[in-house]
Amino acid sequence: MSVPLAAAVEAPERELPLRVRLSMYLRLLAIQGSWNYEILLGNGVGFCVEPALRLLPGGVGGPAYRAALARQCQYFNAHPYLAAVAVGALARAELDGEPPARIERFRTALCGPLGSVGDRLIWAGWLPFCSLLALVVFGFGGNAPLVLLTFLGAYNAGHLALRAWGLSVGWERGIRVAQALGNPVLRHGPDYIGRAAALMAGIALPLALYRIIGEGRALTGGVLVAVGAGAVLLARLHGRVEGWRLALGVLAAFVLYSVGLHG
Amino acid sequence: MSWLSLVGDLSDLFMLTLLGAVLGLDVVSFPQAQISRPLAAATIAGFLTGNVAGGLLVGAALELIALETLPFGASRYPEWGSAAVVGGALFAEQAEGAAGALTTAVLAALATAWVGGWSMVELRKLNARWARVRLDRLARGSQRTVIGLQVAGMTADLARGGALTLLALLVMRPVVRASVGLWAGDARLARAVVVGVAATVAAGAAWKIFHAIPGARWFFAGGIVAGLALLALR
Repeated sequence: MSVPLAAAVEAPERELPLRVRLSMYLRLLAIQGSWNYEILLGNGVGFCVEPALRLLPGGVGGPAYRAALARQCQYFNAHPYLAAVAVGALARAELDGEPPARIERFRTALCGPLGSVGDRLIWAGWLPFCSLLALVVFGFGGNAPLVLLTFLGAYNAGHLALRAWGLSVGWERGIRVAQALGNPVLRHGPDYIGRAAALMAGIALPLALYRIIGEGRALTGGVLVAVGAGAVLLARLHGRVEGWRLALGVLAAFVLYSVGLHG
Repeated sequence: MSWLSLVGDLSDLFMLTLLGAVLGLDVVSFPQAQISRPLAAATIAGFLTGNVAGGLLVGAALELIALETLPFGASRYPEWGSAAVVGGALFAEQAEGAAGALTTAVLAALATAWVGGWSMVELRKLNARWARVRLDRLARGSQRTVIGLQVAGMTADLARGGALTLLALLVMRPVVRASVGLWAGDARLARAVVVGVAATVAAGAAWKIFHAIPGARWFFAGGIVAGLALLALR
């Protein structure tokens, strides 16, 4: 007998009080507050799930609360924004009274996908896209408020919405949340955003360069040729040299040379 | 130096330190809204120093470099929040069009970002030490310990960003002033070198990030053509 897909992925309906939901959402913004090399996000997940655990029988300090909080503070690793999915799902699993061993297995299984999907979607996609979009606005002569509004507005519209979606879908689906990671935005979004960011990069570079240098097309043209050659070299080195360290070295040498000329 | 200007200087220093602390916190701990990206951080620092356009300029140059260092997981990367405050403020303080101002401000920001990256690693080790000695209380499900660790980590990060910004401003300010005073070169050439280096890093970073995405290289090439055409039309 086939089971409708919605029934297969949705946990039975259960409301999370708005006050608790808001508290969890705000805490998600600080999920990395105690990030460290031992338990990584572990304590942060416990911190975010904690308001929901107060609803367990016995309330704060009760045996169920303490056992659940202890479970949720163990080692955890994920992208900080998509950790919202885990926080919602784990809160639901605890309140649904899932067996502890099952919750621990589920918790471990969430780490990998939530890390890799988030890294591709946000760090390698949305962040560079918004940054480059703002640089395009800068290159077109946009003033400071416009550039900042473009960058922070676009970035945080995605950022805050993703955290809210994650918490919501995690809570709704509980231990069956894995299917939510098949969402088209998470599966295909990185590629679309990546292409858009690549386009923005191409537009932004010459325009931003021209605005920073100031008037003078010949100089801008010369710099662009040098940039092209330098970028090809960096790409061929393929990660063996960190660009920012190279920039530090080159600029330090240039400052010493330019100041030294005075003497 | 009059009392009034001394008070003004100290008040500027206090505001910039506070800004560096808050933006240092934004990098990882709270709320990761990317206010700490150089484009935003340096511009806000420029605003506080009375030269928002200067802050934006140095922010754009730093943002190009920062495109290469994205905060993947546990990787080690420069801390741009406090660093961009230092760069933005130092550039905004120089006379308009001063030769070498952009170069030295960007260099100061890069050096601060380097030290900032190291300080974040040390903070993570400190957080680990704090967590390790409280593992038994965490295993007992102590609400107080969970919240305490979180608050302690964020407070330490705030203090780290503030201390880094203050120290960098105190050390770099005289160095930048002296360097700009002694600069013996053309202002536009100096800016061209900075932005050339920054754009090289950005182009290399763009390739690194996007080359594996099907079709992205064509979008990049199309963007370059469009950007150059727009430049030619201006």
